[in-house]
Amino acid sequence: MTTSTYTETDWKIRYKKRFFNFLRYVRRNPSLGVGLGFLLSLFLFVVIGYAVYDTERFRPLKTGTDLAPFEYDSKKGRDGYPLGTDRQGRDVMSVMIVGVPLTIQIGLIAGIIGITVGTVLAFVAAYFGGWIDNIIRTVVDVGLTIPGILILILIAVNLQSGLTVTQMGLAVSAVAWVWPARTIRSQVLVMREQLYVEIARLSGTGAISIMFKEMLPNLAPYIGASFVGSVASAILASVGLEALGLGPFDSPTLGMTIYWNIQFSSILHGMWWWFGPPIVVLAIIFVGLFLITAGLDEWSNPRLRKRV
Amino acid sequence: MKSISKYIGNIFQYYIVRRFLFFILIIWLASTAIFLIPRLSGQDPVKEKLLLEAQRGGHMQSGLEEMAKAYQKKFGLDKPLIVQYGNYMKDLVRFDFGPSIAYFPKSVNSLIGDSVIWTLGLLSVVTFIAFFAGTLAGALLGWPRSPGFLQYIFMPILTLAAIPYYLLALVLIYIFAFNLEWFPLFGGYAVANLPSWSFSFAIEVVHHAILPGASIVLASLGFWALGMRGMMITTQGEDFMIQAEAKGLKGVRMFFNYAVRNAILPQTTALALSLGTVFTGSVLVEVIFRYPGLGNTLYQAIRLNDFFVIRGLIFIVIVALGLATFLIDIAYPLLDPRVSYKKG
Amino acid sequence: MSTSDFKGLRVKDLKVYYDTPEGVVKAVDGISFSLVQGKRLALVGESGSGKSTLSMALMRLTRPPGRIADGNIFLDDVDILDLDVEEMRLSRLSEISLVPQGAMNSLNPVLKIKDQILDGLFDHQVSGDKKISKDEQKTRVSELLTAVELLPSVGDMYPHELSGGMKQRVAIAIATSMDPKVIVADEPTSALDVVVQRTVMQTLGRLQEGLEASIVLVGHDMGLVAQFADFVGVMYAGKMVELGPVNSVFEKPLHPYTRLLIRSLPTLENKEDFIGIPGLPPPLLNLPPGCTFCTRFDRENKNDPPWKEVSKDHWISECNVCSDIGK
Repeated sequence: MTTSTYTETDWKIRYKKRFFNFLRYVRRNPSLGVGLGFLLSLFLFVVIGYAVYDTERFRPLKTGTDLAPFEYDSKKGRDGYPLGTDRQGRDVMSVMIVGVPLTIQIGLIAGIIGITVGTVLAFVAAYFGGWIDNIIRTVVDVGLTIPGILILILIAVNLQSGLTVTQMGLAVSAVAWVWPARTIRSQVLVMREQLYVEIARLSGTGAISIMFKEMLPNLAPYIGASFVGSVASAILASVGLEALGLGPFDSPTLGMTIYWNIQFSSILHGMWWWFGPPIVVLAIIFVGLFLITAGLDEWSNPRLRKRV
Repeated sequence: MKSISKYIGNIFQYYIVRRFLFFILIIWLASTAIFLIPRLSGQDPVKEKLLLEAQRGGHMQSGLEEMAKAYQKKFGLDKPLIVQYGNYMKDLVRFDFGPSIAYFPKSVNSLIGDSVIWTLGLLSVVTFIAFFAGTLAGALLGWPRSPGFLQYIFMPILTLAAIPYYLLALVLIYIFAFNLEWFPLFGGYAVANLPSWSFSFAIEVVHHAILPGASIVLASLGFWALGMRGMMITTQGEDFMIQAEAKGLKGVRMFFNYAVRNAILPQTTALALSLGTVFTGSVLVEVIFRYPGLGNTLYQAIRLNDFFVIRGLIFIVIVALGLATFLIDIAYPLLDPRVSYKKG
Repeated sequence: MSTSDFKGLRVKDLKVYYDTPEGVVKAVDGISFSLVQGKRLALVGESGSGKSTLSMALMRLTRPPGRIADGNIFLDDVDILDLDVEEMRLSRLSEISLVPQGAMNSLNPVLKIKDQILDGLFDHQVSGDKKISKDEQKTRVSELLTAVELLPSVGDMYPHELSGGMKQRVAIAIATSMDPKVIVADEPTSALDVVVQRTVMQTLGRLQEGLEASIVLVGHDMGLVAQFADFVGVMYAGKMVELGPVNSVFEKPLHPYTRLLIRSLPTLENKEDFIGIPGLPPPLLNLPPGCTFCTRFDRENKNDPPWKEVSKDHWISECNVCSDIGK
């Protein structure tokens, strides 16, 4: 075994190697595979839907009301719709096709901002320690004790105009960074003590260099899992806000659909085609994200791996 | 002066003091946020709302106009922010949230007071059941010597953990209340009855609470189980577990005294952190079931733009959560001897 | 000496393998030795030689993906590899016990010391025995703690309140609490400073002699081994290369690896440069058959070297190709 010299290309090679190892690993990790499969199927649903279906009908008054699936629409003189219509004249299928990407968009915006802010704060806190760490840690603890949704409700209630989808994403991101900050910070604390970091530090490598080249690659699974968790909780929060009636009223997001369902007592009317699809789609999203997180957990914690 | 700072330094050593100060911090930050957030936009919708309601006429009109005037005096935008803040804090420490705008002249406190008991009762029972059942399930799942069939039973329940409570609530209400009609569709008790301390009323309450309770229990059980399972697996990699086996201890003792006793420590911390999530999840469940708790009250207040109720309720909830977290925090050293009450 | 007369520990051709996705790792590949009751055997070797795997295997504590692939471990006349799970559980602590490495984490953080001493005793009681009374418990804990030179008040403390040396003494107290026949000590003092090392080893030795127990000491500190052990076994790449009385092995090592190992030890007289052993121990994954030591010096012997007794109680793995190295 020759002694290796630490060069600039080493960490690039390490990143690439990790990526291909990851792809090979997906085959062995059913949780990850199934989770990704769920999300992929939703993606296909939306893409195909936009391609073949009339998506303008997500607005109200485009169809006759209260129609069961495939029931003939006498008001508009059309054959029935695969998922029927709601009480305000929306084609439920269109609502689904248009609504799914909107909801996911909110999740992604909040998730990306959340994970970035959270990771930066986590690194700063864990690496520098001392009073910086104390302050950040207290802020994170406060953020975890006070439910973010309540703050979001406060904000939303005071806005005169409704929120657009993008604004919702930004608003939710204000609370999405807290949990990732906490998890990643504890991981960085563990890593800081490990030998390869000590060696890099002793050999004079700068702090930022160490963070990016040494720690980040090893943190990739945790950051990945936190990101997925972040997206999931962002979608959870946004759907919750929307269901309370604080969301973008003109957009057919999944949460708004649930809001209308509650407003119009769709359950009492037995309109299973109206409250069923958003529940199913949300379940697919959440279970899919959950399985991906479980899969990433197994990847990062070898003890959880199934024994060969 | 120096002795004062030394005194502060000394009492800071006490774990209880630190946790209590954290509790106070939470309350102060929450109340300040509740004060500031509405004022960030520059306008104050409360005044508009008050005037709007006053214009609606009816017997409340004069009362609301009085209220609008009193509000202007305390919180008028012509007053400097500090004065407004001072007035706000003065009311807050007396738990005076003012009257409800929508149900004038009923006070915010009476509205909240009516619903607190329902939510408190439901959530404490539900959290208790879910935490213990879930933790036990997770502990068994994470123990290699447990019977294998447990994995099959619990896998589906674990997946339910991903779904928000209210989705499950919608499904349950459709199947069990609408279709099968085993349980009532809504309310905390039958519409025609009035609350009383009788046994039959108690049964009714339980009957009405089963579906909402079940939604929350089923949806949160998986979370506890998963966490505990992970903790058990981590704990088993510890050196003292190997040593326990080397001592020839019985499986049961290793399970309870060595694995569970250690794994439950982070699990308890997770409990403290999850209380907020449990509450916010229950809000929509209450709305769906029209259960007369805080969640429903909040929902109605949002619909009616009843700002005082919203602010008061959010404050009360944050205080309650802070208090519950504080209580769990100070009980923690009883479980973990490494954290002491002094110099913790 | 017929099998049924032998008192002590006898290991015959023990193999412990790890099944990994990349192949089989033969951590212990055919180790044999006899240890007469009451004697001390030290097992030494570089990291990765298989010492710790062997000590775990002696207790039958090998965890997946490791497994005991072949061989026998005789305690007097009983092969403990033949015992069922419950019999083995009862044998642990009462017949063969473990003093773990470092004890940094070997004690349960949430239990008091006295509870951790007593629970082993409780779980070895058979249903017929009467319960140990509270007084007897107190006395027993006191006795055990005093025997390792700790105050009885330590029993009411928690592990995090003790120093490293104290924790190791507690571990020794636990390991000797049921008068076992064999004590396996896996690097018991490697995490301690030198002064504490000496006193802890003295305590261990004293107790072992008092019980007339055998002790298998795993370690890499040759100085400690020279002072403490009666016999020493040198391990390399999962195999034993030399085994004999400690004086013979140190003064006249017969296997090249042992020779180089001893030559690398610093002495007080000789103030020259340190002499290391060139190269690195081989990775144990998919090892080819033959003499592994040869390959470290670019030599080759495709046949497995035989394990031979060259003088009384002195065995070596005899490879003609590399036997001259280090002479």
